[in-house]
Amino acid sequence: MSFISYLINGISLGSVYAIIALGYTMVYGIAKMLNFAHGDVIMVGAYAAFSVIMYYGGNSVTAVLVAIVVCTVLGIVIETIAYRPLLEAASPLAVLITAIGVSYFLQNAVLLIFGSTPKSFQSVVNLPSLKLAGGALTISGTTLVTIISCIVIMVVLTLFINKSKPGQAMLAVSEDKGAAQLMGINVNGTIALTFAIGSGLAAIAGVLLCSAYPSLSPYTGSMPGIKAFVAAVFGGIGSIPGAMIGGILLGVIEILGKAYISSQLADAIVFGVLIIVLLVKPTGLFGKHIQEKV
Amino acid sequence: MEKVEKMKQKNFRSNLITYAIVILAFAIMEAWKASGNLSSLLSGLLVPICVYVVLAISLNLVVGISGELSLGHAGFMCVGAFSSAFFSKCTEEVITFMPLRFFLAILIGAAVAAIFGLLIGIPVLRLRGDYLAIVTLAFGEIIKNVINIFYIGLDENGFHVSTQDQFSLNMEADGQIILGGPQGITSITKCSTFLVGVILILISLFIVLNLINSRDGRSIMAIRDNRIAAESIGINVTKYKLMAFTVSAALAGAAGALYSHNLSTLQASKFNFNTSILALVFVVLGGIGNMRGSIIAAVILTVLPEMLRFLSDYRMLIYAIVLIVMMLVNWSPKALEMRERLMSRFFHKSAKEGE
Repeated sequence: MSFISYLINGISLGSVYAIIALGYTMVYGIAKMLNFAHGDVIMVGAYAAFSVIMYYGGNSVTAVLVAIVVCTVLGIVIETIAYRPLLEAASPLAVLITAIGVSYFLQNAVLLIFGSTPKSFQSVVNLPSLKLAGGALTISGTTLVTIISCIVIMVVLTLFINKSKPGQAMLAVSEDKGAAQLMGINVNGTIALTFAIGSGLAAIAGVLLCSAYPSLSPYTGSMPGIKAFVAAVFGGIGSIPGAMIGGILLGVIEILGKAYISSQLADAIVFGVLIIVLLVKPTGLFGKHIQEKV
Repeated sequence: MEKVEKMKQKNFRSNLITYAIVILAFAIMEAWKASGNLSSLLSGLLVPICVYVVLAISLNLVVGISGELSLGHAGFMCVGAFSSAFFSKCTEEVITFMPLRFFLAILIGAAVAAIFGLLIGIPVLRLRGDYLAIVTLAFGEIIKNVINIFYIGLDENGFHVSTQDQFSLNMEADGQIILGGPQGITSITKCSTFLVGVILILISLFIVLNLINSRDGRSIMAIRDNRIAAESIGINVTKYKLMAFTVSAALAGAAGALYSHNLSTLQASKFNFNTSILALVFVVLGGIGNMRGSIIAAVILTVLPEMLRFLSDYRMLIYAIVLIVMMLVNWSPKALEMRERLMSRFFHKSAKEGE
């Protein structure tokens, strides 16, 4: 029974990674940049929800909605000010370093406002936990909500990208920016939309993450951010189902590794599996194999 | 032929200027220190500056010359730091002459890091671009994690190794713990000085600049510019990529050795992702492939947070803003265009002649 409970915890943590990884992968697919500030957007989202509940006495739903709005706006602002001028720069590293600058900025801005002492985050989920198999298996409400929201987000996002016009525009821009522009697609607008969606998802991930692991500090976002980045690469960066599966696998490996091998080595195991996967499949599990032409 | 000669001369002169800048900076700092006006804050920064300069030179070889993105250079630095400090602790009584011991420690740090670079490079350099970056990141994290669980003690029976805790080492009473898991290596004799640091900078500059201007270096740059074309004229891609990666790892290891002998306690958690990123910031801000630029960037960015201390809490916030603004001004195509226009307005004549 304990194995199943570890497995469910792993899927729950993996769902959070998957939601973050979706943001990473969408942004990478369209702007070809590694957005290292993504992890800190998660943290900002969690702080936004925290403030609504603690200082303004709002309920869970308002808290989540406010967090989403804050992060969406933040994502668009970051994209416009810091990234857009550099997307055409001579080296793709330029925008990477700027993303790191943005990450430092967000961490230190939050540090100034909220201080460095970790805040204890109150779970936004007030559902009772589910008891299965005559009480031998308990699944907390937070875990259930996390897994369900991950599935819902996945379905909605896939429908949005494949069926709606803006979604199709995103696909077109990620395929070929120049051609998309010639077809009358607003490229800059589409990129901004991608950042908005990615950051909105980050807000949800932040709230869910802190509901499960209730300590919130300005550096909360960085490690999950890196892990989600790994998950995105694991599944094949740029691929949406890849990010999903990569995220969940990563969460499961991490929790099982912690439980059965060594809690200190859990991160090393996660990264080790990533390396092995990449050596066997150099573009990730679902990555497109691009043939080189001479 | 004449053109080639001219280019060679130009390269040679540019390299000489780089060496001269380093030596001049050293002389100025020494004179300043001798005059007694150097604040203790700044004199404490001298060795870290040297560490980061060597790290920047090392990473620039991979990122700028070989054209691969490495996000795990702190891992090599970590390996170098721990192996050299380990050596120093073990031989403290055997080799009593400190400079010799330190020299050997640096060599060992560099050699062990080079071996790691080679071992990691063989499988990893098959990957391209961002995938390579993420695997180097993963290696950096793994190295940090693995060092964190090891306990090594030394007594009359030799070494004891454990992954549990220091009590399961089963040492004799006279045993001494060398590596204590997350506590790392404690009470290291402080050997690093500014002079050693500057010598290390000069040596790494000498190695890298000579590599760049050699046949091997040109092969490495040819692979960077067009891998397929380089392969088709018979350049062994794997060999040259590995060469750049290994040399760079060795230099990072030497930087780590310098770093560890400047501290009394060495912990693996210091070599995290942020350290790797910091090195990358030096390289990109200073100019990818430009050694002199990355040296200057490393110095400025190491001193800047200390200079901004008067801003107290706002220090790192301002640092982040400065970083973003510097990147935008230096790299954005629009800003570059504007800069060019301003320049041509001020130097109207020279711009016209240039056309």
